[in-house]
Amino acid sequence: MKKFILAVLAMLPMLAIAAGPSLPLDKANNDLSDKASLKRGFEAYINNCLACHELKYQRYNRTFADLGISDADGMANYMYTGEKVGDHITNTMPAKEAAKWFGTAPPDLTLAARFRSPDWIYTYLRSFYVDESRPFGVNNKVFKDVGMPHVLQNLQGVRTMDEDGNLSEATGGTMTAEEYDEFARDLTNFLEYTGEPNKLERESLGYWVIGFLFILLFFAYLLKKEYWRDVH
Amino acid sequence: MFSNLMAWIEQRLPLMDAMNKHAAQYPAPKNFNFWYVFGILASVVLVNQLLTGIWLTMNYEPSGEGAFASVEYIMRDVDYGWLLRYMHSTGASAFFIVVYLHMFRGMMYGSYQKPRELLWLFGMLIFLVLMAEAFMGYLLPWGNMSYWGAQVIISIFGAIPIIGDDLTLWIRGDYVISGATLNRFFALHVIALPLVLVVLVFLHILALHEVGSNNPDGTDIKKPKGSVAPEEQSKFTFHEQYTKKYDIVDAIPFHPYYTVKDLVAVVIFLILFCAVMFFAPEGGGYFIEAPNFEPANGLKTPEHIAPVWYFGPFYTILRIVPDKLLGAIAMFGAIVALFMLPWCDRGVVKSLRYRCTAHTVNLIQFAICFIILGILGTLPATPLNNMIGTIATFGYFGFFVAIWIYSKNEKTKPVPERVTG
Repeated sequence: MKKFILAVLAMLPMLAIAAGPSLPLDKANNDLSDKASLKRGFEAYINNCLACHELKYQRYNRTFADLGISDADGMANYMYTGEKVGDHITNTMPAKEAAKWFGTAPPDLTLAARFRSPDWIYTYLRSFYVDESRPFGVNNKVFKDVGMPHVLQNLQGVRTMDEDGNLSEATGGTMTAEEYDEFARDLTNFLEYTGEPNKLERESLGYWVIGFLFILLFFAYLLKKEYWRDVH
Repeated sequence: MFSNLMAWIEQRLPLMDAMNKHAAQYPAPKNFNFWYVFGILASVVLVNQLLTGIWLTMNYEPSGEGAFASVEYIMRDVDYGWLLRYMHSTGASAFFIVVYLHMFRGMMYGSYQKPRELLWLFGMLIFLVLMAEAFMGYLLPWGNMSYWGAQVIISIFGAIPIIGDDLTLWIRGDYVISGATLNRFFALHVIALPLVLVVLVFLHILALHEVGSNNPDGTDIKKPKGSVAPEEQSKFTFHEQYTKKYDIVDAIPFHPYYTVKDLVAVVIFLILFCAVMFFAPEGGGYFIEAPNFEPANGLKTPEHIAPVWYFGPFYTILRIVPDKLLGAIAMFGAIVALFMLPWCDRGVVKSLRYRCTAHTVNLIQFAICFIILGILGTLPATPLNNMIGTIATFGYFGFFVAIWIYSKNEKTKPVPERVTG
């Protein structure tokens, strides 16, 4: 145990250096108040991501309510495996088996946008390229040696990286580059939403609270001035 | 009827008398400036932490399996749970901001000097308990930075010769940080340390009221009895505890004058607090660190383990010393030096307004070094950072050495008999 902790401590400076300079990220420019985009992102998530990546802190009915979907519509269109509407958004992938298949169990993504950043997710989704040395034949520019296959390859098409690290399209997918960017932006938007479902409410409440405090400040200042006339 | 009831209570427990002694008839110097609001602000934040903490406890689950999910439950499913959580997490950082400024005020105006040494010591104990409270609270969300930050800090105790390993084992209650560690930290964070903190704050205020408040001039507002002509004395009524021994000048009752003035300060503080809480609750990644949005994982270290910003200065001092034990000694020494400040400073003039130029320079360099150490604590330990950190550490300890030297035969300016402004 002692050796383990010493080893960890000895590694700390190395880790700090390894953190080093990171690649510049593309701006996602997503808009949390765009419910149509969130709905498209939700749908894209259910169809492309959920089989491996759970959203285990986020509930279906909460998502429906926030995205303006009725429970009945939501259950018909977004829930495929007989869960209850108040359940968390989970899958049935066995974590142990998954770790064998991919090298590591696919992480839960509820908080991915807060752990990484929306820009990181947007860039990540657009940064897969062909790398025959990897088990699934692809690698990622912002997540080196990622264990995940490029599941969106049929949409985006195949991309290769040149010696300077620039990506270019080798074969096209079913989407144009613009359509795919929009798709990635919707997914990013949805994941920023699941990261903090109350974000818009938080900000709008903030304006009211701070507005009230400014009014209170005005009267507090007058009160102070009135009392302090005795002192001066 | 009501007055009879009040009289009945007063005869058995003199509540009104205590209120008068500590608020309505407490003589406060009339020349408090901006720097004197941070004590009240610290009390406001303390109350905020206690109240939001109680409500968070109602929904938090202190177990290795459930802690992380219960925080997300609070953030999503509890009505306004996100608000309670952000009030508490922003409050933790705000607490240290106001306490650091409060301590610096004490250093600027010599509020630690005779006869306020014990008051300063109580304050330093509060600071120490606050650091322990914050450290244990930071483990509770059970994020990955919680886990690894605690791992690093607990391992500091492992540097102590002979008993080190057993001591870390005893603190953790396990061979690694685990649910057992989380449970005991929870107990200490929500019961033991808050109790100690509240008692210390109570003693801090009692000790303050016994010796009286200092002020930006450092002049005494209590003059020997009979030395001041009646028309020169303060025109307000003060409690006989203060007037029977002294003639009081340049003072006003704490209530209502400073309560209404502090109300303005509190509202301004709340505006700034709410701006962070509602619009940037992560505090740019310093108040809530990004790796903490991933559950604790003993097999996966975050890319860069940094303590929360308020431990930065002390963490840097620990880190720049190549030997782990000496580093730990240097870090604790940095806190001990603060405790010893009343005896490092041999001067008799309190306020920097009337002290020698060297003192002003020394204070400024201390503040700059402290900030640099704080920034470095959140950055990776590169050779350049370590070199800057070493210089700043010398600046930090140099403050205490320098003040001990120049305060002996200090060339001071004449201190006015009465407060200015």
